[in-house]
Amino acid sequence: MIKPVLLWSDALILLLLWSVVGLVWLARNNEALRGPWRQVMRNPVGAGTALILAVYVGIGLLDSLHYVERLPDQPGREAQYSGEVRSALDWVLTPLRENVEKTYSAPFAIQLYAKETMKGPEGGEIRDFPRLKHGGAHLADADKDFWPDVLLRGGLGMLGGLVLWLVVFPLWQRGSEGDLVAPVVSAKNKSPLTPLLERGGLASAFAWTLLAILLLAGLLVALAPYYHVLGTDKVGQDVLYLSLKSIRTGLLIGSLTTLVMLPFALSLGIAAGYFGGRIDDVIQYLYTTLNSIPGVLLIAAAVLVVQVQIEAHAELFNTAAARSDVRLLALCGILGVTGWTGLARLLRAEALKLRELEFVQAARAFGVGHGRILLRHLLPNVMHLVLITVVLDFSGLVLAEAVLSYVGVGVDPGMISFGNMINGARLELAREPVVWWQLAAAFLFMFVLVLAANLFADQVREALDPKSSGRK
Amino acid sequence: MLNYLIRRVLYAIPILLGVNLLTFALFFMVNTPDDMARIHLGAKHVTADAISRWKSEHGYDKPLFFNDAATGVAKAADTLFVEKSLKLFALDFGAADDGRDIAREIKTRMWPSLAIALPTFLIGLLAYISFALLLVFFRGTRLDTAGVVLCVALMSISGLFYVIGGQYLMGKLWHWFPISGYQPGLDAWKFLLMPVLVSVVASIGDSSRFYRALFYEEIAKDYVRTARAKGLSELRVLFRHVLGNAMIPILTGVVVVLPRLFMGSLIIESFFGIPGLGSYTIDAIQAQDFAIVRSMVFLGSLLYIFGLVLTDISYTLVDPRVRLE
Repeated sequence: MIKPVLLWSDALILLLLWSVVGLVWLARNNEALRGPWRQVMRNPVGAGTALILAVYVGIGLLDSLHYVERLPDQPGREAQYSGEVRSALDWVLTPLRENVEKTYSAPFAIQLYAKETMKGPEGGEIRDFPRLKHGGAHLADADKDFWPDVLLRGGLGMLGGLVLWLVVFPLWQRGSEGDLVAPVVSAKNKSPLTPLLERGGLASAFAWTLLAILLLAGLLVALAPYYHVLGTDKVGQDVLYLSLKSIRTGLLIGSLTTLVMLPFALSLGIAAGYFGGRIDDVIQYLYTTLNSIPGVLLIAAAVLVVQVQIEAHAELFNTAAARSDVRLLALCGILGVTGWTGLARLLRAEALKLRELEFVQAARAFGVGHGRILLRHLLPNVMHLVLITVVLDFSGLVLAEAVLSYVGVGVDPGMISFGNMINGARLELAREPVVWWQLAAAFLFMFVLVLAANLFADQVREALDPKSSGRK
Repeated sequence: MLNYLIRRVLYAIPILLGVNLLTFALFFMVNTPDDMARIHLGAKHVTADAISRWKSEHGYDKPLFFNDAATGVAKAADTLFVEKSLKLFALDFGAADDGRDIAREIKTRMWPSLAIALPTFLIGLLAYISFALLLVFFRGTRLDTAGVVLCVALMSISGLFYVIGGQYLMGKLWHWFPISGYQPGLDAWKFLLMPVLVSVVASIGDSSRFYRALFYEEIAKDYVRTARAKGLSELRVLFRHVLGNAMIPILTGVVVVLPRLFMGSLIIESFFGIPGLGSYTIDAIQAQDFAIVRSMVFLGSLLYIFGLVLTDISYTLVDPRVRLE
């Protein structure tokens, strides 16, 4: 029996998701809004990176469905629930989560990283690397069976991925015919796949990215329950599990910060540009003041304060997950409150320009109120700037999380995040042999996410920015 | 010019006052001195007596804004706001929570910070602009595309990776430099080279792309076409005309950070064990020493505003059309 738990961040994610879906729904028939997005999705880079981002977002969403398990009933007492909050992703990754070793082990290792004193085969004590409890535990003769087993399982997994691709892709292709992704299939070709892969461009980029993702997924599904594909960390947790869990934290910081920042940037930036005069002076003063404080220091100061407050009111949070969740939200809030100045300045300049244009002047001459002018005439005309800034900022925020966690003002130390993974592993490079896998995994997962986000952002900017069209 | 400077200084006062109020609100009102005392005493030793003793030892035993106990001017003057916040205007930083004089620490620690930040800044600027000009020179070719892809890839790598990777390769594997540490005097270069190198490489992707975009915008303008039409060589067009005209946007981003170089870099200094202001700040953050954090926030804002003024002055040097009236 389980009981769903809605953490604050989950609620905000749902809100965000809901509003994105709502916006898409509203914009679906608006050619002016659809055009740029179609341009993004028609571009091979845009389509490929969108797919990668979708996979990350999918993992993050799965990790946002939280629940607690019901403990076995005891007679005469009310139902008790476990204090440990889990997510749907935890459930999917149960074998990974439960295969905990004693300490470090290298990727695909079958032995522990450190030597231990054990009983020898003929009695007596010897010091040797003990076999892992889970990694490769199913192998009877580790030396002989290791490679055949890995190759067989890996091969089968990739085969599964390939089959899935062959099934899914044509179906998906047919389903989306004529819509967002115009298929290049012509009636002459028998197989729908061949022309797609040969012609290059959009469909093939999509297809190849999908193939790569499915192959990788197949490989991991086949191998991860039996081996620690990316090794284990200091307390023996599977690094692949940690990396997958870190994704939610990174995405949250990137998206919720935006959610906090947007109201400030939009209202203050547009108001400053549109009204001018006193209001402009006050708002300019506000953002110059905020800007003049060194960013990291302001964030550090605010996080320190929040930390003290959370510690002082420990009784408000009944689970560790709830506490680290509040701290994460506080971090997003702080990043948002300190980070709106850049966008606000852009919007102010744009509003300053727009308010002199004929359509705004006409609206004013017709006696349209300020509120209506701001909402109906200015806001839609600065949305491209907002979107561009949001996607551009996203990758920076994911990277910032790692740095802030290192400084000690990031997410809760108990929370699984890229920053905490790096922080926990960076001193281990001094060991012999080097413990590199935890660092490598964190950097790799982060790199793929940030690279995809950066490339996607470039495409969005290309499509939305009137200045960049025609320039190559 | 003088008029302008005076006006700028006057304009800086409300901003600094705002910074002051903001930090004061954060550190004294959201987070009361009682909270501070509790952190420093540790959970075991928290008693009402101990808290008030700690507060009087560190000078936190005063009211926030109004002192009802005092008379006359002291009513407003003998308060935490005046003691801890307004005194910063006179660059009187007071003592850290561990009792040491903050101003003296700043004076000794700014030199190592500067020794890293200044070379990083100069070498970096040179490297990024040259790389960007190179890409612009080969614009439209495969080399340009490859360069941009490289930039995007480089800027997608976490800054921590450069530091950790650099330390591992150059320090541990190749034994080129000591992994961390610092030595005053001429021997310092051994310890400085790696951090400088790492920080230059770490932002090469971001910055080069920025400058490339900047030059691109410039190169589409009419005067460039005119210059080419008159038969000037591409190199001369790039270096003399494009670079010269791009100076204003370059200076906008560059000069403002100049004064802040004193404060060093948090990450680089703490990773490489440089006893500069950056590592001082990070230690203070980790030890929750709010007195130091507050001083650094104020110093940072002061230097930023100074940088803004310098930026305006630098415009007059590169662009004769700009006059400060």
